[in-house]
Amino acid sequence: MTTRAELPHTESPAGPTRPPSDDPPFVPLRVAVAALLRKELGLELRAPQAVPAMSLFSITTLVVFHFALQRGQVDGDLASGVLWVTLLFAAMLGISRLFVADHEEGGLDGFLLAPTDRTAMLVAKAVGLFAFLAAVEVVAIPAFALMLLGPSPPIAAYGQLAALLVLADAGIALVGTMVGAMAVQTRTRDLIVPLMALPLLIPVVIGAAKGTAPLLATAGPHSVEVRWLFVLGLYDLVFGLLAFALFDYLIED
Amino acid sequence: MAAPPAAIELEGLTRRYGERVALQDVTLTVPAGTTLVVFGPNGAGKSTLLRVLATLLRPHSGVVRVLGRALPDDGWAVRGRIGLLTHEPLLYRDLSGRENLRFHARLHGVAFDRVEELLERVGLRLRADDRVHTYSRGMVQRLAVCRAVLHDPDVLLLDEPRANLDPAAADLVEPLIGAASGRTRVVTSHDPAGGLAEADIALGLRGGRTAFVAPVDHVRNAEIGALYR
Repeated sequence: MTTRAELPHTESPAGPTRPPSDDPPFVPLRVAVAALLRKELGLELRAPQAVPAMSLFSITTLVVFHFALQRGQVDGDLASGVLWVTLLFAAMLGISRLFVADHEEGGLDGFLLAPTDRTAMLVAKAVGLFAFLAAVEVVAIPAFALMLLGPSPPIAAYGQLAALLVLADAGIALVGTMVGAMAVQTRTRDLIVPLMALPLLIPVVIGAAKGTAPLLATAGPHSVEVRWLFVLGLYDLVFGLLAFALFDYLIED
Repeated sequence: MAAPPAAIELEGLTRRYGERVALQDVTLTVPAGTTLVVFGPNGAGKSTLLRVLATLLRPHSGVVRVLGRALPDDGWAVRGRIGLLTHEPLLYRDLSGRENLRFHARLHGVAFDRVEELLERVGLRLRADDRVHTYSRGMVQRLAVCRAVLHDPDVLLLDEPRANLDPAAADLVEPLIGAASGRTRVVTSHDPAGGLAEADIALGLRGGRTAFVAPVDHVRNAEIGALYR
């Protein structure tokens, strides 16, 4: 960690005017990201909120699909659609909660007072949300396989599914962080999040669902078309740049 | 002897929330190392003034300079040199006192030794590993004082800093946030005698407008009382 070597660490009880330091202090982005991420994950481990709620919601949604579809097993396009709708709706819960502690307990103001790049908050929140989504998928995907999926795809398909999940989660995390930052400043954040995030995430759903369908098809081919990976990668790039450009304005006054 | 440089300069500062004017045409200068006390009833604009000076709110018109830097454009240059203590402690309730201070120490590039020193000075060392939501209001306020002065700021912005503190606790934090700290301070207060005693300049706000701004020697208790009627 960085230490301000020039910082006098004692007060001057009887001193007259303190000479102000000339050089503006600045904390590097990576240090601030590490501090924010440590706090983010620490809070979730200490007082779990987002991950248990998202996991429970995803399992409940799968149960609802199980009964609503009136089918014991699904495969192909339908299985892919069920999986991604479930994951996306679960993500909405995480996005809604993403900035709540920071907003209600003043942590956002505390961060805004720090001499560091505001992009640190974007990076830390997006990485944190990505980690939450990954944790939820560790629970939701086996539950999906047990409750709804037909014959299990070959082992090789899981690697491709993981690639799709990483790219789709990155997109959800970037858009979710932007939308969460906007929504938390309103009184109707629980309405704003799905109304804003779901339309923005339609390309992710298209790419992820189209890419996943052949992996879950009973008859194969059990391989992802590269173009869907490209679509998701391009989406991540575009929204990553957009988030980088806009995030300061979203969290500032 | 030359006058100390201005730490805070406001010229025609105006700030609105939608249609409502929170601050209107506020002009004053606070020399470095001096204390400005701000009086005014609830909603007069005191907290808004502090948030503008802390770079958390943008001025809608007028000139705001803190430590010689114009806000909001040069806000990045003064953020690490400002300490803000508001009614909200800016602390995470599910983290311990020590974890909260270490979090802010990382964000300000301050060594953890400073965290331990401050916990000791405000008498919280023995409760430092307890979660903040288990603290009394006075303990939270003491921890918030630690957070505000953690990075040894040149300017302290204090919104009723002794609220929730008993006399003993107030004595503990006095060297950190009192006039003897040598920092430039802006303090809001509802206590005319106490406020004037610790300040060099007094500002009276009513409805966001300046009712008076003068050296404390020139301000009468009656003028302060009139703000609240």
